[in-house]
Amino acid sequence: MSGPPPELLGGKALTLTNLTVSFDGFKALDGLTLTVEPGELRCIIGPNGAGKTTMMDVITGRTRPMSGTARFGPAIDLLTLSEPEIVDVGIGRKFQKPTVFEQLTVFENLELSLWGDKSFWRSLTTRLRSSQRDYVDDILAVIGLASQRETLAGTLAHGQKQWLEIGMLLMQEPELLLVDEPVAGMTPQETDRTAELLTSLKAEHTLIVVEHDMDFVRSIARRVTVLHEGRVLAEGDMSQVQNDPRVIDVYLGA
Amino acid sequence: MRLGVRQCAAGALLVAALVLYSPTLGAQGDNDSFSTALSALRDASFLDKEAIVGRLAESGHPSTRAVLSALVEDRLYVRTADSQVFIVKSTDEALAAWELVDPVSLSDRGSAPRDELTKIGTNNRLRRLLKTTLARFELASPDPSVRLAAVREVLRSLDDATVAVLRERVGTEPDSRVKDEIETGLGLAALDGSDSAARLAAIAVLARRTRLEVRNRLAAMLERSADGVYAESDPQIRAAAAAAVRSIDRRRTVYSALEVVFFGLSVGSVLVLVGTGLAITFGVMGVINMAHGELMMLGAYTVYVAQTLMPGHIALSVFLAIPAAFLVAGTAGVILERSVIRFLYGRPLETLLATFGVSLILQQTVRSVFSANNRSVETPSWMSGTLQLGDALSITLNRFYIILFTLIVFAILLVILKRTRLGLDIRAVAQNRGMAQAMGVRTERVDALTFGLGSGIAGLAGVALSQFTNVGPNLGQSYIIDSFMVVVFGGVGSLWGTLVGGLSMGVVNQILEPYVGAVLAKISVLVALIVFIQRWPRGLFPQTGRAAESH
Amino acid sequence: MPFGRPLLPAMRQDRGGAVLLAGLVALSVLVPLLNLAVPPGSPWHLSTYWLTLLGKYLCFGMLALALDLIWGYAGILSLGHAAFFSLGGYAMGMYLMRQIGTRGVYGDPVLPDFMVFLNWHSLPWFWTGFNHFWFALPMMALAPGGLAFVFGWFAFRSRVTGVYLSIITQALSYALMLAFFRNDMGFGGNNGFTDFKDILGWDLHADRTRVALFVVTAVALAVSYLVCRAVVDSRAGRVLRAIRDAESRVRFLGYRVESYKLWVFVGSSVIAGLAGALYVPQVGIINPSEFAPINSIEAVIWVAVGGRGTLIGAVAGAVLVNYAKTYFTGALPEVWLYALGALFIGVTLFLPRGFMGLVPGTARLIPADGPRGAGRPIRSELGVSAEGKAK
Repeated sequence: MSGPPPELLGGKALTLTNLTVSFDGFKALDGLTLTVEPGELRCIIGPNGAGKTTMMDVITGRTRPMSGTARFGPAIDLLTLSEPEIVDVGIGRKFQKPTVFEQLTVFENLELSLWGDKSFWRSLTTRLRSSQRDYVDDILAVIGLASQRETLAGTLAHGQKQWLEIGMLLMQEPELLLVDEPVAGMTPQETDRTAELLTSLKAEHTLIVVEHDMDFVRSIARRVTVLHEGRVLAEGDMSQVQNDPRVIDVYLGA
Repeated sequence: MRLGVRQCAAGALLVAALVLYSPTLGAQGDNDSFSTALSALRDASFLDKEAIVGRLAESGHPSTRAVLSALVEDRLYVRTADSQVFIVKSTDEALAAWELVDPVSLSDRGSAPRDELTKIGTNNRLRRLLKTTLARFELASPDPSVRLAAVREVLRSLDDATVAVLRERVGTEPDSRVKDEIETGLGLAALDGSDSAARLAAIAVLARRTRLEVRNRLAAMLERSADGVYAESDPQIRAAAAAAVRSIDRRRTVYSALEVVFFGLSVGSVLVLVGTGLAITFGVMGVINMAHGELMMLGAYTVYVAQTLMPGHIALSVFLAIPAAFLVAGTAGVILERSVIRFLYGRPLETLLATFGVSLILQQTVRSVFSANNRSVETPSWMSGTLQLGDALSITLNRFYIILFTLIVFAILLVILKRTRLGLDIRAVAQNRGMAQAMGVRTERVDALTFGLGSGIAGLAGVALSQFTNVGPNLGQSYIIDSFMVVVFGGVGSLWGTLVGGLSMGVVNQILEPYVGAVLAKISVLVALIVFIQRWPRGLFPQTGRAAESH
Repeated sequence: MPFGRPLLPAMRQDRGGAVLLAGLVALSVLVPLLNLAVPPGSPWHLSTYWLTLLGKYLCFGMLALALDLIWGYAGILSLGHAAFFSLGGYAMGMYLMRQIGTRGVYGDPVLPDFMVFLNWHSLPWFWTGFNHFWFALPMMALAPGGLAFVFGWFAFRSRVTGVYLSIITQALSYALMLAFFRNDMGFGGNNGFTDFKDILGWDLHADRTRVALFVVTAVALAVSYLVCRAVVDSRAGRVLRAIRDAESRVRFLGYRVESYKLWVFVGSSVIAGLAGALYVPQVGIINPSEFAPINSIEAVIWVAVGGRGTLIGAVAGAVLVNYAKTYFTGALPEVWLYALGALFIGVTLFLPRGFMGLVPGTARLIPADGPRGAGRPIRSELGVSAEGKAK
């Protein structure tokens, strides 16, 4: 690939239609249908086992659905692409559990996430350009790990690892960011910083954020989708969703 | 002259006397002619002997059978001192003196040292004649298996006389197998006749048989000589024969396919046994045990040791060796787990290396203790031999028992895993160690026992293997790769997969062998498996769902 | 500048590498001197026996290097690397056999002795060209490389990893061993190739030739080291280390993991093949037992003993373990297998980082394996991914 991914021209950023994923009879996704507008920051909430992570797995190519479609932008069929190809078209993901590369330094972790030609031969011969080096340092500043530049990622604290993950996601310069539980295990200050960061990305990028922390969700989201048992239960802004009797039933009901 | 009353009365009296006395007279006369014929055997040429045998057979003397069978078994001797012919009871070289039996009366006549006796010799032709003659006698035996053997013997050298004998027998023969055999024989004889209808009928009968001799005899009719002349001139008969040959060939193919499958199943059974032990340690515990082959070897050596300790009781030694091998290999496995493997959980590649080291040590230990040579293990008599099913299918008993053994062990294992507390613990620890611990399962103990169970089964595999092949220090090495392939093919963590995988691998190997040879067959199976794994990396019976996912 | 980094400054940071290269240079000077210039009577003379032995050690060092590249850095444990070593060796062997010409037992100018013995009338097609060195030389790299490419293409594309991959590499080398043992394959059967006369016109039995071969091997080892070092220090090397530690995560960063694994696997097999090609003229024989799985696994222990993921450790481990083997098989032959077995167990239990792990400051370089005991789901190590295959 050469050059940044194409801008999404009108239409939806992400269209999921009737996705069904079954593991040994257990339906992780059961006819899930969802659309996301470009430049939106959508929050996905729902009880455990609702299918939130599975949905992200399908989008990023980690799991194949038994039926249904998943489209990125007007024309890109995600179900035919491999994981690296999906990254190439501009979708990036931050995983639920931080999966940084423990044996590499913070800098090296970010360097690996740089957008660009990722073929073997290129990686063998290419050197880091000074502009790229600067970009890494910028991101380091944003995620607050500038002083840990040369530390092994494995030695970071949990919250710092989360930030490194976020940093790696940013390095990829994706169009669509899938953020899975970004503030789990963070202090309130870190949570605020994360909220700021994500909100600042909104207009030029599309974000889907999965979270359990309701305050956090309220602080960043305009539109919220509630998943339950593999399908969409309710959708709307925070107050609508919180007052929806079905949602109350599912979260609080017997 | 005119017959007066007196003459008639005398004549009647004479006739009556002859009639009344003739049996005894005849008997006496018979005995005499019998002994005379026997004595003549002493100096007769082989051709003459044949004639004498014929006469003896026709005599109908009650001792004929005993004499003729003694003759064919080289048990008819002449005492040099008085030129008397005797039957010798047993020609065991170890005996100093041989016991003698009178050939006419079949009563004991004491004994004589060997050097006072000269054998009445036979040659091949004579023996054939004797065998056929004896067969005729046996056709009347009450035992159907004796009759069957007799018919088969007779079929080897059919002539008009024997055909007649068979024909008279076929109507009254009660046993169906014997009857079939006679009909086959008669059919073969009829082929040589001139009556087309009879020949076609014979071909129809023969078409239902499966024996190679029958098939070849029919096929011979279809042969052409160098100048294009068929052996069989009648085209109708030829067509019938061709159809019969085809039908026989079809049946023979089915039988030989069954035999190949059976053989393959037996080979596969050993793979299943080896693989099952590995499936437990690899699939359930995630431990790669490169010493698994050596544990199997220990089981095989256990059988050898048992046999060395109990030389007279082979069957008993094998029976005792089964639990012994399980214990020996199982204990070795537990020791291995406690001393090496438990420190390496979660690090399968290092377990692989460490257990490889163990395998080297075990091999070298066995070499030092037992010598590097292969040892042979005897198969108990009740396990040797063949079972003949129908005309073309023969099943070697030891292989049959190995298949049975494998199925029994597998069944017991399933029961242990599904029905016992230990089995439950094993499954719990395999699926979720932390949770099992929290529920009070002593995971360390379960680990050791699981490993011991898997290793014990490897020991049982060694017992099975010892019945097939020689036992040596390298036994494990030849099976370790196969056993891994079985587990991987069947699907890691699936016992049924191991069963199906092992059996099918054995069968496929057997199918390939006659076409490409043993080595290439093995290579092809390996390559096929490598390709298979690329396409279905999780084997035949993969585990699905979250439990099987990696991060 | 290839590989993106100037050489000398990199060397300054790579003390171990500097030591190795210096050592190889020293050997390349001393060995010819001590063998050729010093008379045989003198205690300083280096005998032919030792000359050959040292050459062998260096070849094994190359093999270990190749293995460390894929195991220590990419996490691919190949239990069949001796197969690539042997393939390169057989390629050299085929050239050497053709060089014998009429000097063989049967005196046939074209057919090697074993073919005459088997009543063959012409050379099989795959022997064509091997009488020319310029053909044989690339084949020494292409034969192992080609096999590695085909194998790797299928294996890595199907995402077979971890223990499964190791097992099928072992099965592969086992299958090759069985195949090469067959007399009708055209590779000499169980006798293999031997009785070589000369290489490129130089008599193989002359000390001068042996010395030259030794120096070439030392140079080859040095070059291999530099190549491996360059790969490992490049970004590709970091990607490989990331793949080793968290393969699927790397995919989600946009890297074609299969492609990385494939190329490094092929490169490693070429180095192994060249090592084998240099081995054969020095020991004078190649036969199918070189393919035996135990040889590959021994190579793994060299790397483990030395310390994987350090390159230097691999070479050191190879020399150390093989020296021990020479010593034991000479002095106490029955003990060697016990010692080797104990070495396997000891290193994995007590020295998981190898001897290099004992050197301060290198701990960071050596990958730690998963945490001991419970905690990490064992199945994740079994290396079969549950991810669906992309079209």
